[in-house]
Amino acid sequence: MAHVEQAALPAILGEVKPAVFPRATLVAHNRSFSWITDKICGIIEGKTPTWWWWCFGVACFVASFTVAGLTYLVATGVGVWGHANPVNWAWDIVNFVFWIGIGHAGTLISAILCLLRQKWRTSINRAAEAMTIFAVVCAAIFPVFHVGRIWYAWFLFPIPNYNNIWQNFRSPLEWDVFAVSTYGTVSVLFWYIGLIPDLAVLRDRFQAAGNKVRSFLYGLFAMGWRGSNRHWSNYEMAYLILAGVSTPLVLSVHTIVSFDFAVSLLPGWHTTIFPPYFVAGAIFSGFGMVLTLMLPLRAVYHLEDLITQYHIDCMCKITLATGTIVGYAYAMEFFIAWYGANPNEGFTFVNRAFGLYAWAYWIMISCNVITPQFFWFKAVRENTTMVWVLSIFVNVGMWFERFVIIVTSLARDFLPSSWGYYSPSIVEIFTFFGTFGVFSVLFLLFIRFLPIMPMAELKAVTPQANVHGDHDDHH
Amino acid sequence: MSKLFPKSANKLPLQIIVYLVVLAGVVTAGATYYMTPKYTRVGYAPVQPVPYSHALHAGQLGIDCRYCHSNVEKSGVANLPTSQTCMNCHNQVKKDSPLLAVVRHSYETGEAVPWVKVHQTPDYVYFNHAIHVNRGVSCVECHGKINEMEVVTHAQPLSMGFCLDCHRNPAPRVREPGDVFNLDSATIAQKSGLEAAHKFLKDRNIKPPQSCSGCHR
Repeated sequence: MAHVEQAALPAILGEVKPAVFPRATLVAHNRSFSWITDKICGIIEGKTPTWWWWCFGVACFVASFTVAGLTYLVATGVGVWGHANPVNWAWDIVNFVFWIGIGHAGTLISAILCLLRQKWRTSINRAAEAMTIFAVVCAAIFPVFHVGRIWYAWFLFPIPNYNNIWQNFRSPLEWDVFAVSTYGTVSVLFWYIGLIPDLAVLRDRFQAAGNKVRSFLYGLFAMGWRGSNRHWSNYEMAYLILAGVSTPLVLSVHTIVSFDFAVSLLPGWHTTIFPPYFVAGAIFSGFGMVLTLMLPLRAVYHLEDLITQYHIDCMCKITLATGTIVGYAYAMEFFIAWYGANPNEGFTFVNRAFGLYAWAYWIMISCNVITPQFFWFKAVRENTTMVWVLSIFVNVGMWFERFVIIVTSLARDFLPSSWGYYSPSIVEIFTFFGTFGVFSVLFLLFIRFLPIMPMAELKAVTPQANVHGDHDDHH
Repeated sequence: MSKLFPKSANKLPLQIIVYLVVLAGVVTAGATYYMTPKYTRVGYAPVQPVPYSHALHAGQLGIDCRYCHSNVEKSGVANLPTSQTCMNCHNQVKKDSPLLAVVRHSYETGEAVPWVKVHQTPDYVYFNHAIHVNRGVSCVECHGKINEMEVVTHAQPLSMGFCLDCHRNPAPRVREPGDVFNLDSATIAQKSGLEAAHKFLKDRNIKPPQSCSGCHR
């Protein structure tokens, strides 16, 4: 067949045109490289906006509730939380799982989307990674303070000590310690490595502007970055390795968090569907939070050219996909409870939907199963306000999911004589409410002092970076 | 553009890492030495209201521990003697000694002698004296050679690790029941070998608890 001559080809081939699937434009209006640098650095270099001070003040005030709650707890004892037999785990672990879950979008965006070469990640990955780290900080508050005598929190780690005690490595709670601390460490590394070239840009710009203090501080953390070819080549390799290292973390962290429940014997917890179900839920809640944060940021700083409708579409679709997986998991739990024919299991799920906590269950279902279905519609995805409101519902729903799983199962366990009803104490409410302030304080500091998008990588996805043209004239 | 950092700054990250490693080592070593019961508890010998000498009473005179700490075989708490116990002898012996003024005052008024507690287990630890002395654990194992002390001194760390060392491996430390209150006696293992000690544990079904709830009830 190799000897077929050109003339022998059927004439029809001349008329066949390859199908054109244009790639979505990731930076709109054909913005130049310097426009991107000025835009991102301008946020930091400009005068602190008044709204920032107002938000910062409110965030600090809200954060003080956590400080107050925790101070009271340490001064008094863990009894100030509303846990009592049979519900010995409640808001503390609900809030822990809630915050840890939120972080997952950051890791997914930075690791898996990087390996899958999803270039739209570049506009949102920096802020999502920051969100991950701050969410881990908020999450860590709860288990650490639940140990009561906080100064012994280091007992969580296998450090030889005069008590001759050793951690119980058969306990998923101990696995959690390693999963979460690894996750936190890798997330910080990933975030920081990505920041280095941008910090160097800020160092140079502040030096040119004659601001010695800030150029020194940015320079300190830029670690002598000069943007040489060797620097970039090492940077790309380090980034790729970290993406590889974090990829299993996206799946492992929430899998292990789900083991806290799945490894126990309590009906409603003891199910094999928990790991995938928790991971999907975590990514779902994480993208909910990314949307909640990025949409106002986009509006305030006029970043519409960098976070385009395409980016919002992508995030909405991931939210839709993971939200639907979560909805499937809810349905499957009921199916297995019926199919498994275990009376305790069956009772637990009927009780979940129609028992004392039915109100929480139906909030969860409406927020987590119904809310994302709106994202099927293009009109909804294009209505930024609507997307933002729906993303809030996602956050609310995912908090209720953890509440429903944890509290309903414990409140109605095997022994009817010990059944109870749990309500949080005011101290718990304060502590949880305040973590939104802690998170906001950190996030506001981040957008004020660090570049919210990776400049170099954004430039690489602009139309003008494509030196080969768009191949229209290929034939 | 002028240089922001001198060339020596290139070594800074390495220097910081080395510094942090050294710092972590020093802090660990310091905390291990200065902040553990071996340092914080051992050697504690507070001034007592009466200069009572165990070396004289228990050592030289050979008064049995249980003459004063009379409930130690029956109770979880090894009681301190009342001043009546002291006065059994001291209404005859050294009855006018100024060193015993506090005891006489207590005897006359009924107010307790304000002894300063030396050995203190935390509130979250359930420690029962009776079960220990009845199962062959001598006073000397935890309190040291009280019979040689002029002033009672904290001789052992009494840390959780100290308890667990014995709970995990009691054989070398147990004594014949008759030797428990003789602080100079040898353990079974020293007298008749470890085999005999294991047999003693087995015959008496001595299984010290190692679970959390054994002591933290």
